[in-house]
Amino acid sequence: MTTPSPKAPVLQVKDLQVQFATNDGPVYAVNGVSFDLARGQTLGIVGESGSGKSQTALAMMGLLARQGQASGQVLYQGQNLLTLAPDALNTLRGAHIAMVFQDPMTALNPYLTVERQMTEVLQWHKGLDRRAARQRALAMLDAVKIPDAAGRISRYPHEFSGGMRQRVMLAMSLLCEPEILLADEPTTALDVTVQAQILALLRELQRDLGTAIVLITHDLGVVAGVCDQVLVMYGGRVMEQGSVEHIFARAAHPYTRGLLQAIPRMDGEASSLRAIPGTPPLMAQLPSGCPFAPRCALADAQCSQEVPVLHAIAASQAADEPFVAHRACHRTVAQVLHHEVLEAGHG
Amino acid sequence: MPTLIPKSVIEAAEPAQRSPWLDARIRFMRNRAAVVSLLILSCIVLACLLGPLLLPYSYEDTDWNQMGIAPTLTGWHLFGTDELGRDLLVRTLVGGRISLTVGLLATLVSVSLGVAWGAVAGFMGGRVDALMMRIVDILYAIPYLLIAIMMVTILGRDFYLVVLTISAFSWMDMARVVRGQTLSIRSKEYVEAARAIGVPTWRIIFSHVVPNLLGIVVIYTSITVPGVILTESVLSFLGLGVQEPMTSWGVLIHDGANVMASSPWMIWFPGAALTITLYCANFIGDGMRDALDPKER
Amino acid sequence: MWKYTLRRVLATVPALLAVITICYLMLHATPGGPFDTERKVSAAVLANLQAKYHLELPLWQQYLYYLNSLLHGDLGASFRYADWSVNDLVAKALPVSLTIGGLSMLMAVALGVSLGIWAALRQNSAADYLLMLLGSVGTAVPSFVLGPVLVMVFAIWLPWLPSGGWSDHELRFWVLPIALLTLINLSTVGRVMRGSLIEVMSSNFIRTARAKGLPMRIVVLRHAIRPALLPVVSVLGPLAISSMTAAVVTETLFSIPGLGKLIVNGASNRDYTLVLGLVILVTVVAVLLNLLVDLAYAYLDPKIRY
Repeated sequence: MTTPSPKAPVLQVKDLQVQFATNDGPVYAVNGVSFDLARGQTLGIVGESGSGKSQTALAMMGLLARQGQASGQVLYQGQNLLTLAPDALNTLRGAHIAMVFQDPMTALNPYLTVERQMTEVLQWHKGLDRRAARQRALAMLDAVKIPDAAGRISRYPHEFSGGMRQRVMLAMSLLCEPEILLADEPTTALDVTVQAQILALLRELQRDLGTAIVLITHDLGVVAGVCDQVLVMYGGRVMEQGSVEHIFARAAHPYTRGLLQAIPRMDGEASSLRAIPGTPPLMAQLPSGCPFAPRCALADAQCSQEVPVLHAIAASQAADEPFVAHRACHRTVAQVLHHEVLEAGHG
Repeated sequence: MPTLIPKSVIEAAEPAQRSPWLDARIRFMRNRAAVVSLLILSCIVLACLLGPLLLPYSYEDTDWNQMGIAPTLTGWHLFGTDELGRDLLVRTLVGGRISLTVGLLATLVSVSLGVAWGAVAGFMGGRVDALMMRIVDILYAIPYLLIAIMMVTILGRDFYLVVLTISAFSWMDMARVVRGQTLSIRSKEYVEAARAIGVPTWRIIFSHVVPNLLGIVVIYTSITVPGVILTESVLSFLGLGVQEPMTSWGVLIHDGANVMASSPWMIWFPGAALTITLYCANFIGDGMRDALDPKER
Repeated sequence: MWKYTLRRVLATVPALLAVITICYLMLHATPGGPFDTERKVSAAVLANLQAKYHLELPLWQQYLYYLNSLLHGDLGASFRYADWSVNDLVAKALPVSLTIGGLSMLMAVALGVSLGIWAALRQNSAADYLLMLLGSVGTAVPSFVLGPVLVMVFAIWLPWLPSGGWSDHELRFWVLPIALLTLINLSTVGRVMRGSLIEVMSSNFIRTARAKGLPMRIVVLRHAIRPALLPVVSVLGPLAISSMTAAVVTETLFSIPGLGKLIVNGASNRDYTLVLGLVILVTVVAVLLNLLVDLAYAYLDPKIRY
């Protein structure tokens, strides 16, 4: 985890919204996501399935499905990516902003060799010829620690193992040394040991290239290991946002605290796992008011009717805190923490 | 996952649990093309069944005074007459009876054969399955029309033989699909349980496997029907289908094609009847597939 | 790749053998059939039959002689025409059928693939719906209804083209029959291409290609086409077979002296041996075509290599 620097952010997202037109009316998958990302930093977006985290990233890259519509601002070098013409967007995609996807088997084209899929990026964006591109690709494959890169590069994706495919994806995305990398659950489909390797690789590459990373995951353990700031999403809205220290040590939202408590621990006397009761909402049937209200122990009538606004948390902030923490809740911080003390007493 | 609307969004739009048949009925009814087709097809069937009873001519009656006339209201020659003075409307309706009857019979035969073949192959598995499916593959590779021509040449054009010939080449799709479905049913727990208790194989096939095949059988039956009607029409058009004095749409179209330049109505009416019937049958088949197959795109 | 080819070729032999044997036996088994020695035929024809089919020998020997002559490319003697062997008749009719069939298939594939791609990239637009509607005409309307419609429009109302007949060198006789066959096959190819490309375009790896900033042109032509073509290739086999039916209808409709007309006439005349010979010929061609299609499929898909 790098120390933050007071430089201008490399990416600014302001009030990003995503909606889908369906047969039964519009569905709001993302409602008001905002963050700044500085060079060399990692932002983690955490949430359960259906919370809108993947759609956030896809919207930023302009890869939403046909029925999807994104609004708000995604500012990179002064341009709003959401309103760019397709040609201009293509110049940025892959070269300045890259994306890595969840399932490397289906994310790579099974009908083209790995070499082709890698060299085409360099040929298109950097104008390299076939040989030069191949050299760069081989160097990148070495950097992601693929053994015998020269022998393997002319193979097809299905001839690689899962972990190696993800490394290939990573290498492919970093070929042009983009400033920003969006990683949508890059380790979810992999074994735990391989997960750790990929994450270590990410950190290393970030250190070498200074890439800013947006890491989407549902796994808090991954977040703790790699991220500088964290954004917790639920039902398409941001519930809490702040530095990783804040989230893990001083989380002030019932949902975040619920997530943290649900992590099984080896120490302590807990006899049963503490899950958050209920299930995530269906995006087409979002309740009015706070999306978490149906499952929140602290919810009252106001919570079911009024959507809480995301506001900064004053006080309880260390002096060298890099990010101003925000949360969206009707209860005060004191009420949330107090409730948990009560719970601990009973539990 | 593909970049479609996220699953969470789609699942929300689905209604709460209902019986799958009721669900299918509702979905079918939503498909306007299918519903309209069903209505039109019913009208055609009714017309073919009852029409000839209501009209003053039989399909063989020749009217020497009105040979080869265009459609007219006088004398109820709504479709005109052919060069022998036979009323085309009646002939079209009677031809429809034959076309539809052959269609129905051939469908019955080929569906029975296909279901039986596929169910046995899928359930037996192993070598038996491989052999049976090999035979299906071989049959697929053969241009059926030629064998049909061969069979007609040798066996003659008796009505039931024509039905047989048509059925002989329409059952393979059904067999394949049924076999696939059977394979997946076979590995389900309730079948293993039945086997464990010692229920005889044939009993398992007919009381467990077959009822679960109903959905897919209905779908493919509704797909088979237009194919069979078309096959009969092609054979008749080539002069190799039902024999005189029976007539069918294919025969009428053949006759009409010969006099197209002078009496275009001779081909338009039976041609339209056949085409509309086929279109309707296709739409109904599509509707069935949408309604009964939950994985439809 | 070569081992795969060899295996596929060998696998077709049982199919061919089965068809030949069944047809042959059917002919022999039929009472009053061509090989029934009590049948009355003209002396010249009988002489031909004796020579070609060795009717005096026991059945299994006749069968082997028949297989042997097939292997030498001899399709037998006509039951009706003493002067012509089946090979003679085929030699006259084959080029005609090949011309029409070959040209129309080529055009159908070229046009079908192009239009299918075009429609897929403009999914749900007005142009797309129009194309789909036209496509459904080619598949749902029977060939012997569509044909007369074409004749009606282009030969009767607008007297531009002849309504039938054939000439080797006067191309105006070629237009309508080829147009009819092309239209029918084009509909299937176009629909499959469109559906397949739409599906491929929503796959994850296309999303990755777009995320790499590649222009749509490259995404479609380099990443999407190859997997999208697979279903098209695999439908070509059954399509070629079904277009034989359409070809027979076309030849009958336009009075074109091709194989289709030959076999229909043979059936009407009950020229059993001619029909037998033709059925075997066409089946061999069909099996070979299927084989070609399988090989093309295997070539395109790197995952099939055993």
